[in-house]
Amino acid sequence: MPRIIYHNGTAEPNVVEAADGTSVMRAAVANDVPGIVGECGGQAMCATCHVYVRAEHLDLLPEMSEDEEEMLECTAAPRDEKRSRLSCQIVPGPGLDPIEVDVPADQI
Amino acid sequence: MTGRSGAGTVIVGAGHAGVQLADTLRTGGYPDRVVLLDAQDTAPYQRPPLSKEYLAPDGAPEPVPLRGERFYSDHGIELRPGARVRAIDRAARAVLLDDGTAVDYATLVLATGAEPRRPPVPGATLPGVHGPVTLADARALRAALPGARSAVVVGAGFIGLEFAAVARAHGVEVTVLEAAERPMARVLSPTMSDYFAGAHTRMGTELRMGEALASIEEDRGRAVAAVGATGRRYPADLVLMGVGVAPRVALAREAGLRVCDGVAVDTRLRTSDPSILAIGDCATFPAPWQGGEWVRLESVQNATDQARHAAGTLLGVEEPYTEPPWFWSIQGEHRLQIAGVPRAGDEHVILGDPERGRFSVLGFRGGVLGAVESVNRPADHAAARRVFRHGLSLTPERAGEPGFDLKSYAARASVPG
Ligand SMILES: Cc1cc2nc3c(=O)[nH]c(=O)nc-3n(C[C@H](O)[C@H](O)[C@H](O)COP(=O)(O)OP(=O)(O)OC[C@H]3O[C@@H](n4cnc5c(N)ncnc54)[C@H](O)[C@@H]3O)c2cc1C
Ligand code: FES
Repeated sequence: MPRIIYHNGTAEPNVVEAADGTSVMRAAVANDVPGIVGECGGQAMCATCHVYVRAEHLDLLPEMSEDEEEMLECTAAPRDEKRSRLSCQIVPGPGLDPIEVDVPADQI
Repeated sequence: MTGRSGAGTVIVGAGHAGVQLADTLRTGGYPDRVVLLDAQDTAPYQRPPLSKEYLAPDGAPEPVPLRGERFYSDHGIELRPGARVRAIDRAARAVLLDDGTAVDYATLVLATGAEPRRPPVPGATLPGVHGPVTLADARALRAALPGARSAVVVGAGFIGLEFAAVARAHGVEVTVLEAAERPMARVLSPTMSDYFAGAHTRMGTELRMGEALASIEEDRGRAVAAVGATGRRYPADLVLMGVGVAPRVALAREAGLRVCDGVAVDTRLRTSDPSILAIGDCATFPAPWQGGEWVRLESVQNATDQARHAAGTLLGVEEPYTEPPWFWSIQGEHRLQIAGVPRAGDEHVILGDPERGRFSVLGFRGGVLGAVESVNRPADHAAARRVFRHGLSLTPERAGEPGFDLKSYAARASVPG
């Protein structure tokens, strides 16, 4: 059960124990973490599951598909060239447990 | 006495629109009761996966919920699965449920979605004939696919073709019957239709264009074949009716609300009764991006954006609904994204190379960009959404210039200033 830590700009982060194989987006929706929408259900089609991954994880993240790379141009909050990812494309696992992300102010 | 305000907002339908509306009302600080009624017995779930990964050979057996289990109670949303509304009593401002009880409202929102059309042919309701819309339908398909040898899909629309691709992944022989001359003819440009016709043929699906369904043949109470208008017989262990959906407007019509295709709403999403709104697949609205013409859309984007907008209306924001539409469909490896709404008669400019399976079709009407259909080119889709959001006026001449790139055009033209 990997741990995912979502920072929403409030004092206390949201900490979720995600079922194995669950994406950062799916875990957020299932646990009512605010600020992650996931309108397309995890297909890299909507860009409403945008997160900024904290720097210490960047080397261990799964590589970005071309689809994800291009859809990141659609995010409502500004894209960060290094840290922006679509959270539906990240499944935490070895090396990414826990994983910490910052949730942007806007998804729509 | 608080009078009617205690009755709060009652939402009929806990699909993509209804759930988003309840959510945005609470996030926006709406103080009164929020009641969310749905005829289905399940916790609210996502529709799009039901014709895609939910049916895939390695698909997870549980549907994707729209929100977490505790969401509704945590936010003071009275979710009532299994509560079907059978009538609206406008004089009493109450909805009447199947179980004979009534629920009062100050504001009522119709988010009843759409239901599958069943062509009026013999055999259309036999066991073995599936609808593609609800979780129950999808569960039945999921159970039937692994054991099926052959399937007939009636209608080459988005859902029918998504299903065809997934059935091929199970090794099922698939035949698609379509009365029109090309797949997704009403919603895509000819170039994009042709591309998908080729793609499905390569997946091993047999496309029978210009073939309407005449009847479904029965053996011992089950569907065993579809028969086309040409008289040809197509054996099938299962038949999927993908001939589109019709908006659920019975409640509105019987209550005397204005209906034109869907429930007619104004730019604030109010029906002809100002205390009743309608959103999502069941609503017809004046689309500013189409010169104010009546439009009804069937998409997640439209359902959720209208829900957010309706919440604004109920919270006192008086603004017209203007969101530019977008849509997606996944058919095998082919990822289709559409910004805007393609129309017959559009003038087309193609970016990229259809031969290589990565291209976009730009549709212009009256010299103005109206729609961008992209396959496996999300950068164009992202750019197109920007172009529409910023109201840029790209011309066909400009788009047709050698080396034109939509992404750099959108990036340059939409710099704030
Ligand atoms: C299989 C499938 C795949 C799809 N794929 C895509 C896709 O890839 N991309 C995309 O953008 N869109 C897709 N769509 C379309 C999208 O799901 C719909 O546009 C969206 O669900 C519309 O939301 P809605 O809330 O208006 O209606 P719905 O989500 O259909 O919800 C309506 C709800 O109202 C309830 N209801 C109706 N009448 C009553 C009543 N009298 N009393 C109580 N409850 C009632 C119904 O039970 C239902 O739960 C797909 C749809 C389906 C079915
Ligand atoms: S959920 Fe839609 S892009 Fe991630």
